Amino acid sequence: MTAMSDAPTQSFRLSMLLYDTRYRGYTIQFIVILFVVLAVGYLVSNLFANLAEQGVVLTYDFLEQPAGYDINQTLIEYNNQSSHLRASVVGALNTLLVAAMACVLATILGVFAGILRLSNNWLVAKLMAIYVEAFRNVPVLIWIIIINTVVTSVGSSPRVFLTRGGSVEPESSLFLGMFAFTNRGLYIPSIGLGSGWLVVLLAFVAGILGFFAWRSYVKKKLFQEGSLLPAWPAWAILFGPVILAMVLLPGALTILRPDVASNNFNIQDGVLLGRPLLALWLALSIYTGAFIAENVRAGILAISKGQTEAAAALGLRPGRIMNLVILPQALRVIIPPLISQYLNITKNSSLAIAVGYADITATLGGITLNQTGRAIECVLLLMLFYLTISLSISALMNVYNNSVRLKER
Amino acid sequence: MNKSVFLGALTVVGMAAGVASAATLDDVKSRGTLNCGVSTGLVGFAAPNTSGEWEGFDVDLCRAVAAAVLGDPTAVEFVPTTPKTRFTALSSGEVDMLARNTTWTFSRDNDLKLEFTGINYYDGQGFMVPTELGVSSAKDLDGATVCIQTGTTTELNLADYFRANNISYEPVPIETNAEAQQQYLAGACDVYTTDASGLAATRATFENPDDHVLLPEIISKEPLGPLVRHGDNEWGDVIRWTLNALISAEELGVTSANVGEIGESSNNPEIKRLLGTEGELGAMLGLDPNWAQQAITAGGNYGEIFEKNIGENTPIGLSRGLNAQWTDGGLLYSPPFR
Repeated sequence: MTAMSDAPTQSFRLSMLLYDTRYRGYTIQFIVILFVVLAVGYLVSNLFANLAEQGVVLTYDFLEQPAGYDINQTLIEYNNQSSHLRASVVGALNTLLVAAMACVLATILGVFAGILRLSNNWLVAKLMAIYVEAFRNVPVLIWIIIINTVVTSVGSSPRVFLTRGGSVEPESSLFLGMFAFTNRGLYIPSIGLGSGWLVVLLAFVAGILGFFAWRSYVKKKLFQEGSLLPAWPAWAILFGPVILAMVLLPGALTILRPDVASNNFNIQDGVLLGRPLLALWLALSIYTGAFIAENVRAGILAISKGQTEAAAALGLRPGRIMNLVILPQALRVIIPPLISQYLNITKNSSLAIAVGYADITATLGGITLNQTGRAIECVLLLMLFYLTISLSISALMNVYNNSVRLKER
Repeated sequence: MNKSVFLGALTVVGMAAGVASAATLDDVKSRGTLNCGVSTGLVGFAAPNTSGEWEGFDVDLCRAVAAAVLGDPTAVEFVPTTPKTRFTALSSGEVDMLARNTTWTFSRDNDLKLEFTGINYYDGQGFMVPTELGVSSAKDLDGATVCIQTGTTTELNLADYFRANNISYEPVPIETNAEAQQQYLAGACDVYTTDASGLAATRATFENPDDHVLLPEIISKEPLGPLVRHGDNEWGDVIRWTLNALISAEELGVTSANVGEIGESSNNPEIKRLLGTEGELGAMLGLDPNWAQQAITAGGNYGEIFEKNIGENTPIGLSRGLNAQWTDGGLLYSPPFR
């Protein structure tokens, strides 16, 4: 500042921070960061001050305490004497279960609907358009509640299936002796493991490995010799070993039918796909499926028509054109938005609470939070969980995206 | 180390702030209305009537407090809270007091830093089942699907009871009483469990109340009472002694009909002290001398409030039972006004 009368020099002066375009950017960034830090610092100190005022200290000791409540769907051993931590893990696994199921079903629905919407068949294309528009434009919470209500009111009470120890003639019998659709969910048989189940499992794994080995052998033969082998041996290799193992070891896997005799209120044994799980899974799948359908359609439309025509000119059939020419290229466009759809499914699964599905928001963020009153701790843990899961899904899908994207040489 | 110094400094600041902001009584007086947290709708205890006015057993306690503090039983802002949101609403200052079927427990009193200011209803957890199930005891409920309001003590009692009796059940967690009622009637659960008073109130709203039966087992102690934030003893005392005034009034025969003149005409010194015609009890609470008279005028004494909202002549039809005066074999026992 004092050197204003001097001849201009190249040395750095403070005013250059404001007037020199080389440095101004840094100045502005520094000021913005300073404000952000101050704002966050204010919020954090406000939080601690308020907590201190109420005499509350942040602690995670409560996670070790017995939870004291029961959960209606548990993938791991759990009872009401288990810790809050275990209840949270049960909830986390339930979240992952419904998210994984919904991702798979939404992808299948989305790919089919997306391709069929481009069909030359007018009716099919319009039906798919209606599906996409109807489901995409209604909030997913509404769909969850609709499906839940439909299952509740359409399904019969499980009592109509019960024989009450053989004393009562049931009003309805199980479908095929194995399935029952009730207002509490869908009962399906479970699989019991007898001696030798490990052999069956190994045979199944061997079948899968053999399947891929055969496919790469077929590919190699096609590229080297130009001869295409028939497709059926692949399926024989995939299912052969496991069928053989099951025939040789008849007691290895048994089907446990739902039991209608032993209880007066509910069907026992078997697997219950509970109403909350069904509602959440189907609603998330068809809702997100509609978005994925649009991603798929966009991906396919992004491939120039010349590709289809060129493939047709080479004599490829329409199915092969789609599988070998269009889809591999379209995937490059489809996968990035698909990642965010998978993230949406995972995050939207927290709407589970609307139908009483015991996901992590319901256990850790609901009952545990309520019974312990540790709101801030629980919410911080929840944020950490969803952040971790979302970033993991992103990372995995990015790895996959890198493997299919255009290789630049 | 830096962090602990930082936190320590904040604690000191926070405590200073805590003392400064603790005077709920002054806040209510200067605001001119009482913010009272009630349930989202439990007929007989707290629910809006057909003209949209809140009424019920808990509502009348709020009105009595408003009358005692502000002289106006209608100067109440009712804030509906769910079992999940009620404590946060109180801790954050959104409401001045809670009167919503909340069970007094050790951990809520000490860990959640709340202060229970008495018991206005002695309750216990019961079960309701459809009559057609033919169940006569809760011990027959093995394998049943049970609707339960989440975030309540009943959720924990239920788990304890079934565990102690070595029987299993399937919980269906539900947010509000209305939702539970709907799920129960739709047959999505076999049993609905909550406080017995709540079950009676819920059953009273059914189309065919006789199709549903309350099982004889009462599996827990549920002392329900009003509560305030920890650390504001003056305000806690106002609520505590307003409730005690209503209970004492019944014991002493002070009703909404005679409250206007009995303070002068009676020779009983305790009635005179209660109604402020003798002594300085109101000033000790920081209220007008006739605070208790105002509170009793608002909705009557405890017995009148009980009979009007949930008593045997109402659809809910609860008998006094444990909630009778100690002189009648119940548990209501107000400390003396002296």
